[in-house]
Amino acid sequence: MVTVKSQTHQYVICILSVVIVSLLGLTAREVIDYKIIGYLLLFLVSILAIFFEIKPVLLAAILSALALDFLFIKPYYTLHIDNAEDALLLLLFFIIALINAVLTYKIKRMQKSIHMKEARANTMKLYNTLLDSLSHELRTPIAAIIGSIDTLQQQNVQLSDDSKAHLFYEIEKASMKLNYQVENLLNMSRLESGYILPKSDWCDVKELAYNACNRLTEELRDHKWIVLAEEGLPLFKLDYGLMEQILYNLIYNASQYTPKGAKIQIEIKYDVDTDYEAHMDLIKKCVVIISDDGYGFPEAEIDRAFDKFYRLQSSKTGGTGLGLSIVKGFVEAQNGTITLHNAEGGGAVFVMVFDVDCLSTNTVANE
Amino acid sequence: MNSGFSILVIDDESQIRKLLEITLEANGYKLLFAVNAKEGITMAASHQPDLILLDLGLPDEDGQAVLKQLRDWFHNPIIILSVKSTEEEIVKALDNGANDYLTKPFRTQELLARIRTALRGKFNQTQEPVIAFGAITVDFVSRIIKVNGELLKLTATEYNLFTMLLKNDGRVLTHQYILKEIWGNSYADQTQYLRVFVAQLRKKIEEDPNRPKYILTESGVGYRFNSG
Repeated sequence: MVTVKSQTHQYVICILSVVIVSLLGLTAREVIDYKIIGYLLLFLVSILAIFFEIKPVLLAAILSALALDFLFIKPYYTLHIDNAEDALLLLLFFIIALINAVLTYKIKRMQKSIHMKEARANTMKLYNTLLDSLSHELRTPIAAIIGSIDTLQQQNVQLSDDSKAHLFYEIEKASMKLNYQVENLLNMSRLESGYILPKSDWCDVKELAYNACNRLTEELRDHKWIVLAEEGLPLFKLDYGLMEQILYNLIYNASQYTPKGAKIQIEIKYDVDTDYEAHMDLIKKCVVIISDDGYGFPEAEIDRAFDKFYRLQSSKTGGTGLGLSIVKGFVEAQNGTITLHNAEGGGAVFVMVFDVDCLSTNTVANE
Repeated sequence: MNSGFSILVIDDESQIRKLLEITLEANGYKLLFAVNAKEGITMAASHQPDLILLDLGLPDEDGQAVLKQLRDWFHNPIIILSVKSTEEEIVKALDNGANDYLTKPFRTQELLARIRTALRGKFNQTQEPVIAFGAITVDFVSRIIKVNGELLKLTATEYNLFTMLLKNDGRVLTHQYILKEIWGNSYADQTQYLRVFVAQLRKKIEEDPNRPKYILTESGVGYRFNSG
């Protein structure tokens, strides 16, 4: 969009540049052939056409034609032209300048529309990915619920107690999954709307980690999990709710994308290089590392893991591709960073670092 | 088992009312229903239910305002059922006198447990000198607490915190409330004390401090004691 103000600027620059080139030409009028000056002015109009809108450029073209006639074609200081050759030259000059301006304008407009089309295609692609994963992620559990209920309600079939229990379990699982996805969508819209304002307060990060694992008991049934925290871990100033969601999403992800029996480890550290009690003020880092011994991420896709709606090429388990991007958003909302790499022996490693205040629990307890 | 207890449900969603009717009646409660704030307040006054389940998103009035009005004269437990789950909203409801809250969607077992605890409130106005639950015995007179028969050494602050939580069995207490009660008004925002002392207390009374049974964390809101 060109604002009125920058339009005015363009007019001013066009007029000024034509005047300057004309004045320069004027000083050298006796030495340089006037045809050369004509070329110079033409060159100027072409340059202007590249950067400016059509109207200022047309003005420049007219002005430079007038200047050429008035100042450089004999007789000077009159618009009158003596010989036919010069008249033809001026006419050609004017036409070429016009064609220049119009052509450049057309090319620019074409580029713009191509760009817009590309942008629209990208949005469409993103939208389709969203629709694709959403319809899959929401419809699958809904299908499971409707199907299970229909079977349970069927009059003419005898279901064993085992089958009934299984169908009820399917309904439960599907509902929980739906709830998780809706939760993620709500969180995503909170992030997008900039609604998230972290409320930092002293947090016991070890308790947070256990809390998240305890909430995921069902999902972690076939996994081994362990929370490692150093003795005397200080309190950190973080947002409890955001941290809980971050840990929940990461551990949930690990439970979904690793094979049965895999080990998930949550390690919480503070800056280990510093003598903690002696240099309280130096420690401002809370480090949380969540790792598993599953398959890890394909190296080529690591960079895109946190992208919105991104799902692994090989992903069979589905997922809306929202979980990790929400994690990233929540980590960054608290001035933290998150990175992902593969462990040497296989498995994914998420490292989060928060530069936040910390407080020794001993100091508090002894007060 | 729960015979005699009456519960008033104030909720405008017919689906939720039906679900609660079936679930709670099957568990022996007597149910009353109101579909908006006005009706709810009238029914609470005329029927004096043992417990109220209140939805915060009512069509005619803000649920928080209804809660405040009810609390002027209604002293039985009120549990909030709501889809609004921001911490601010929950803290506000607790400050306005709610005993507990559950966010929709909730699990039925969880709801039943909360209702039982709220109705029981057994240690809330206790005059008993000695109470026992799980592996724990508390003697209020001699200020002695035993776990599995073994004497538990608590500091004065730990003891105060523990008995305060115990006397509010089943009730969600906000950080601010606990801090003011135990440490004093000027400590209302000093959550670090709470974090440290709750961790210490858990180490002493919980079987597994990492999976607490008694002192439960309510994310970003406060703590709830659950005597089981």
